[in-house]
Amino acid sequence: MFEPVLETRNLCKSFGALTATDQVSIDLRPGEIHAVIGPNGAGKSTLIQQICGGLRPDNGQVMLLGKDVTSASTQARAKAGLARTFQISALAMEDSVLENALLGALGASGRPWRFWQRASAAVDLRDRAEAALDRVGLLDQGDKRCAELSHGQRRQLEVAVALTLAPRAFIMDEPMAGLGAAGSKQLTDLLDGLRGQAPILLVEHDMDAVFALADRITVLVSGKVIATGPVEDIRASGAVREAYLGEAA
Amino acid sequence: MIRESYLNWLILLGLLAVPIWALTADEPFTITLATRAAILALAAVGLNIALGIGGLVSFGHAMFFGIGGYVMGILAYHAQSFTPLDLGAFSIAGTKSMPIIWLVALILSGLAAWIVGLLSLRTGGVYFIMITLAFAQMFFYFSISWSTYGGEDGLSIYVRNGFPGLNTLDPIQFFGICFVLLCLVLFLNARLQGSPFGLALNAARQVPARVETVGLDPMRIKLLAFVISGAITGLAGALFADLNRFVSPTMFSWQMSGEFIVLIIIGGVGRLMGPVVGASLFVLLEHWLGGLTEFWHIYLGTILLLIVLFARGGLIGFLTGKEGAHV
Repeated sequence: MFEPVLETRNLCKSFGALTATDQVSIDLRPGEIHAVIGPNGAGKSTLIQQICGGLRPDNGQVMLLGKDVTSASTQARAKAGLARTFQISALAMEDSVLENALLGALGASGRPWRFWQRASAAVDLRDRAEAALDRVGLLDQGDKRCAELSHGQRRQLEVAVALTLAPRAFIMDEPMAGLGAAGSKQLTDLLDGLRGQAPILLVEHDMDAVFALADRITVLVSGKVIATGPVEDIRASGAVREAYLGEAA
Repeated sequence: MIRESYLNWLILLGLLAVPIWALTADEPFTITLATRAAILALAAVGLNIALGIGGLVSFGHAMFFGIGGYVMGILAYHAQSFTPLDLGAFSIAGTKSMPIIWLVALILSGLAAWIVGLLSLRTGGVYFIMITLAFAQMFFYFSISWSTYGGEDGLSIYVRNGFPGLNTLDPIQFFGICFVLLCLVLFLNARLQGSPFGLALNAARQVPARVETVGLDPMRIKLLAFVISGAITGLAGALFADLNRFVSPTMFSWQMSGEFIVLIIIGGVGRLMGPVVGASLFVLLEHWLGGLTEFWHIYLGTILLLIVLFARGGLIGFLTGKEGAHV
């Protein structure tokens, strides 16, 4: 039995009368891609927020590498090995592609108090940033301003910034959002290769990508986990199909 | 269209050439005007670090300007009246030495910025503007009621403070001091902007959520930027008081804070030389138009309006053809 990298235990969060997360317990194991799916309003984003530190749960725990991080700040969780990508690209649009990656490398270095050195000449940062850009295929775009990138390239840069952190776990919030078929395929291949580096908790609407990538799937409806298991089981589950497709349709 | 790096050098050379010309033409008042421009530029360079790179629209930077001014005023006042400065537990002698005054001004205004920053950086947008304004107003009213140091009337210093090896009463030498300090701070600013810290600060303005997610604390980064910014404006305040040999509550006024913001907007927000261009133009207009009409601010307002409407990158953005500060 392997120790999960990331685990939530009975997470609960409500906003007034609305229960956004209801006793959610999921885990992320080494080497896997664990997809979380569910109709709109199922509480996926709220769950991600609680895992990454943006929202504090009313109840329950978030465990990262066996440590309780439930009350840790977003920064502390990032330092402990959590890398998150955003559903809507959160990149410094005025900065160059390389600078965005450098920012990740700077965070990973843990030493932002450098006032004299040129950021682009700091070898430790640059190597890390370029390796990450190379991995997602953006190395030749380094000098371009982020605002000039295509939507697909921004999605790739999101992943690259996460990569610079050399994380223990990736949390990806709809990385395929807004991508066409080709872009989606390209990013799917990229994520497929990442699972050896660190497991991925993947929240995604694109079912082709989910079925192509996921080792396990958890289905969230109205804040509750209604099923979790290997892809084949979920695909075969009548209850899931009814709940998920029924509500989505 | 001109490359920004060339333009920057041209601007500095221009600011240097005017007083040198004035020296040969024997027009000491023009040197004083150039000195005034250099000092206002220095104050605005300080603000530009917080406002331009960090996106912290401080409407209270006069607070640091005034602190610097009063540091100079109080230390020099005790030196010229040969009275000790009583600090409660112990007392110190005043001083007429510029380097010491500068150091105290840097430290105290930086300290004030740290405290104000701690309290106000939790807010953003309009609330940040209002809180910084409120702090500056507190200093303003305090200085008015502080009768020991002149209250509303301010404090006159009879002889300009000294700098080892220089005659500071000679306008061109005092200009030299201010110009060198301005260049030094501009150089530091340029380094800071390209440094890893500058990168993080720039990102903290654009996407704080991202900065957190990579494991950095955007608050601490902004706070440090605010402290550096306040300290520089404080240094400018000490020089400004030395230029006029006079310090009064006006240095704490909200009009002063507004003026700094206007200087930056005219020159170009976040541009290295934006404050220098803004301050030079401001002093020029103040002198020329101020001679023609008492209501010269109308023209300044018109220029500001035109820049905000048609040249979002300020004059530097207009001349380089690049609207964004970051290229």
